[in-house]
Amino acid sequence: MDVVIDNLPTYWRGFSMTLLLLGVSGVSALVIGTLIAAMRISPVASLRGFATTYTEIVRNTPLTLVLFFCAIILPYLGSRLDYATAAMIGLSVYTSPFVAEALRSGINGVPVGQAEAARSVGLGFGQTVSLIVLPQAFRMTIPPLINVFIALTKNTSVAGGFFVFETFAAARELANAHGNAVIAVLLGAATLYLAITIPLGVIAAQLERKWVVQR
Amino acid sequence: MSGSSVLFDAPGPRARRVSLISSIVAGVLILAALGWIALTLAAPRESGGITLPGFFDPSRWDIFADPQVWRFIIFEGVWGTLRAALTAAVLAVAAGILFSLLRSSEIAWIRIPTAIVLEFFRGMPVLLMMLFILLVLQTGAFWAVVAALTLYNGALIGEALRAGLAALPRGQREAGLSLGMRSLQSKMLVEFPQAFRQMLPIIVAQLVVLLKDTSLGYIVGYVELMRVTLNNLASFYGNRYLFSLFVVALALYLTMNLLLSWFARWLSKRTAARSSGQRLPPDDPGQAMLLAKANAEARRSDTGHSAGGPLV
Repeated sequence: MDVVIDNLPTYWRGFSMTLLLLGVSGVSALVIGTLIAAMRISPVASLRGFATTYTEIVRNTPLTLVLFFCAIILPYLGSRLDYATAAMIGLSVYTSPFVAEALRSGINGVPVGQAEAARSVGLGFGQTVSLIVLPQAFRMTIPPLINVFIALTKNTSVAGGFFVFETFAAARELANAHGNAVIAVLLGAATLYLAITIPLGVIAAQLERKWVVQR
Repeated sequence: MSGSSVLFDAPGPRARRVSLISSIVAGVLILAALGWIALTLAAPRESGGITLPGFFDPSRWDIFADPQVWRFIIFEGVWGTLRAALTAAVLAVAAGILFSLLRSSEIAWIRIPTAIVLEFFRGMPVLLMMLFILLVLQTGAFWAVVAALTLYNGALIGEALRAGLAALPRGQREAGLSLGMRSLQSKMLVEFPQAFRQMLPIIVAQLVVLLKDTSLGYIVGYVELMRVTLNNLASFYGNRYLFSLFVVALALYLTMNLLLSWFARWLSKRTAARSSGQRLPPDDPGQAMLLAKANAEARRSDTGHSAGGPLV
């Protein structure tokens, strides 16, 4: 326990990088994911094909391989990004198809009957979308999106394997330096991850219970 | 266009023409971008005074003509990955059954600690668990990878099974009990087989995640596909082959994972067609799990109402 308290600055340095990775890649994954989801449901066939291929390929590639590409292959090809930026790019790309799928399943999950009913009572396209379809899609989308961000939080640890000093890397370094207190060191790091994932999980579960549309 | 049918009318001739034209324009743009990437890769590059040939040059791919290289990739790399994934898959399903039994136990001091431990396993990065097992239990890299994947995926499969049990009609359990079975007997003989079949697609989809996560073994030093190709072979044959080895590793991972995902999708279509019209979205295990839970919740509140209502 003393080891953890003595090394709080190291933990904090790692944890703030974890938060930075989570924040930046969370936002950019949301942007890329929304674009992909929009392509996926657009009437333009080639965009749909592109989005589908992108989703399938990225989702079936291990994150370790994606981050290896960003940290080692990209510099090899001549990029000059630092490792943290490379990891952010990798995490954003890896997370984006999951965001896209969550958004798409939210919109697709609204039964066609809802839009038909809206139109049959005389609502126009804008009204149908803004009053009937999107509110329901939004309710169905937020809890799975939070789950995507929980997964992203845990995935940031993989960046620790590719030269980014975040919580996992901090834990590994401290564990190597304090061989007699490995358990305390690693539990300290676990607590930091749980401090993000458990509150998010509680929020997701609560929203899910509150917002589930009973059919 | 199943996605847009919610929002749009069926397109008329003008809308169809517009979408055809924009489709061609977008397709040309996408192909141009891909072509630009290919040309950039194909161009020879100066590096430290030496001109390296482009990436499509035979001198960057010639090691793949050697069957020894493939033997190494398949028997060390792919087999290392599959061995860890298979062991962890079997153990994770067993752990899932155990977790869901403990988690739904009627005794509070079994149920509550299990819930806390499961929350812990689910909220922690798998990589950190691997490091923990490797350093604290000194099991060696293989068992560190397998044990961490077992605990994490076991916790998720346990949740799926629990949702499956909750979604079963109550009569199933009552029928088992009324035949004189004890609670555990009715669970194992009547409820689990049904829940398991209902949740099979989710479990297989979770196994895709497990297969992908074996690559974390690269970081903790387990010899699997990534370590064999991108570390061992790349340092043996030299940096020149790093990119080609990456392409091969990516292709092998995609093949394994896509085959397993297709199997999961096929399985879920088959079980959906057979069982009573209850459909689970096959794509994403997390998504499917949410739906299953929502179904279970709805069913529970239904039975709750009818049990408490004046009509019963």
